[in-house]
Amino acid sequence: MSIDENTAAKVAKLARIKVEGDALPALAAEFSAILDFIEQLEEVDVEGVEPMTSVTPMRLKRRKDVVTDGNMQDKILSNAPDAREGFFAVPKVVE
Amino acid sequence: MSELNKLGLAEARDLLRKGEVTSVELTEACLKAIDEADALNAFVHKTPEIALDRARAADERIRAGDAPSMCGLPIGIKDLFCTKGVPSQAASRILEGFRPEYESTVTQQLQDAGAVMLGKLNMDEFAMGSSNETSVYGNAVSPWRRGNDDTPLTPGGSSGGSAAAVAADLCLAATGTDTGGSIRQPAAFTGIVGIKPTYGRCSRWGIVAFASSLDQAGPMTKSVRDAAIMLQAMSGPDDKDSTSAEIPVPDFEAMLTGDIRGKRIGIPREYRMDGMPDEIETLWQQGAEMLRDAGAEIVDISLPHTKYALPAYYVIAPAEASSNLARYDGVRYGHRAKLAKGDGITEMYEKTRAEGFGHEVQRRVMIGTYVLSAGFYDAYYNRARKVRTLIKRDFETAFADGIDAILTPATPSSAFGLGEMAEEDPVKMYLNDVFTVTVNLAGLPGISVPAGLDAQGLPLGLQLIGRPWEEGDLLNTAYALEQAAGFAAKPAKWW
Repeated sequence: MSIDENTAAKVAKLARIKVEGDALPALAAEFSAILDFIEQLEEVDVEGVEPMTSVTPMRLKRRKDVVTDGNMQDKILSNAPDAREGFFAVPKVVE
Repeated sequence: MSELNKLGLAEARDLLRKGEVTSVELTEACLKAIDEADALNAFVHKTPEIALDRARAADERIRAGDAPSMCGLPIGIKDLFCTKGVPSQAASRILEGFRPEYESTVTQQLQDAGAVMLGKLNMDEFAMGSSNETSVYGNAVSPWRRGNDDTPLTPGGSSGGSAAAVAADLCLAATGTDTGGSIRQPAAFTGIVGIKPTYGRCSRWGIVAFASSLDQAGPMTKSVRDAAIMLQAMSGPDDKDSTSAEIPVPDFEAMLTGDIRGKRIGIPREYRMDGMPDEIETLWQQGAEMLRDAGAEIVDISLPHTKYALPAYYVIAPAEASSNLARYDGVRYGHRAKLAKGDGITEMYEKTRAEGFGHEVQRRVMIGTYVLSAGFYDAYYNRARKVRTLIKRDFETAFADGIDAILTPATPSSAFGLGEMAEEDPVKMYLNDVFTVTVNLAGLPGISVPAGLDAQGLPLGLQLIGRPWEEGDLLNTAYALEQAAGFAAKPAKWW
């Protein structure tokens, strides 16, 4: 399958990765090569086969719905690029 | 005693317990070797103070007669593991400056077992790569060379720093992680042992996530016995990882008898690839003969969906990665791009991720985004998950027919030169994982054992694949293969 530049630009937007216009043709070509490789999967007869959800036949563990941790605001914020007054800071999102 | 850094875990453990060597001496020998080996670019964050503190504490415990299984043994930790207060950035710019406030379960267990952390090891960015060439730290370099040719070679990837460090005796052993072959391929390229356990055997908590349904941690060591010792310390259930298995961990080392009489070893015909070098084919046959001579029965088997493992992997792994890596948004940790006047939050995300992720990571995140997007989810992602079911079924059928383990080559070639694949299509690089990726898709344990040298003098490995949860039996078969192969080559020191 051939991916055009518009599709490549759309995927970059969905993935929230800025790609400059002059990089789009090469990116589209790389996507096309990888998708060609992936398309071999169309040869496989998957009629009636369940998609795998868990590789080991196990039920996910459950625990009591109680608070087990917390009260560590300073630790949570210690790696933030911009933390102010006990919060993560981001550019204005509401006009 | 000279060159203590060249010891393996088992030998060093025995010497420590006999009081013939101290952990401080072992640790100092490794720290010296690390400082002399900057040319390999294996250790990217050195932690000598932590190492010596833990070594002194280990010596105390040994003196007090309270030595747990890895007490005083110096090891390296892949940068993918979060280690408290120590940079842990998955070899990515986007985690620049990140110092976790917590310790991964696996590294905590190793610490509790008395192991001494020497520092953090180079890797491909977010474990995406097969040559350690996508790292923000630059390439890790293999200690091996093609005879007198000084072309720098890849140690493999993604656990390239771990492989280079163990092969060059900078540490006694190292942790790795394996999503499609990232422990076994670098182990094969550098002449060491690497095991990826059954999915769920080691907790994934605190390991930077790539593809959560495939990722597993495991040890990279100088011998099969060392792998048994270290895997034991890394394994076990963990409440913090809901996919970690509530299955008891046996004493793997005690299971190393070398007796494999009556075991049935499968040779899958689909692993005989077009264009596979004769040397690999020959080594594979020799490996089968060694196991037969040790009393095993060699059986031809079929794993009919093998061919579709790599394409299925290159849907499932990027899909999971695109979801896992959505957390790198420049808000909670790591890098944030400088913003222009008027930039809003979307520009912040887009610029941060463009600056923070390298090319291969960007490519995989976008492929994953594409295969999960509306209109393509069924055609790509769901189809790949169905093919995954079929791949697992192939192995289940073989095991139900009485096969105990499966023998394959570990890699389709020996190590290649750094930069040699740069002009190639990305798919060419992906083919490195052709023999290993099936094992991740099926959630099985797989081990790479060094088995010989090629005509250029570079190591080649064989892979053994075991039944789920039977790492002990798998390690024992690997132990028999290791003894028969008698691989003892080491790289000549040039660094």
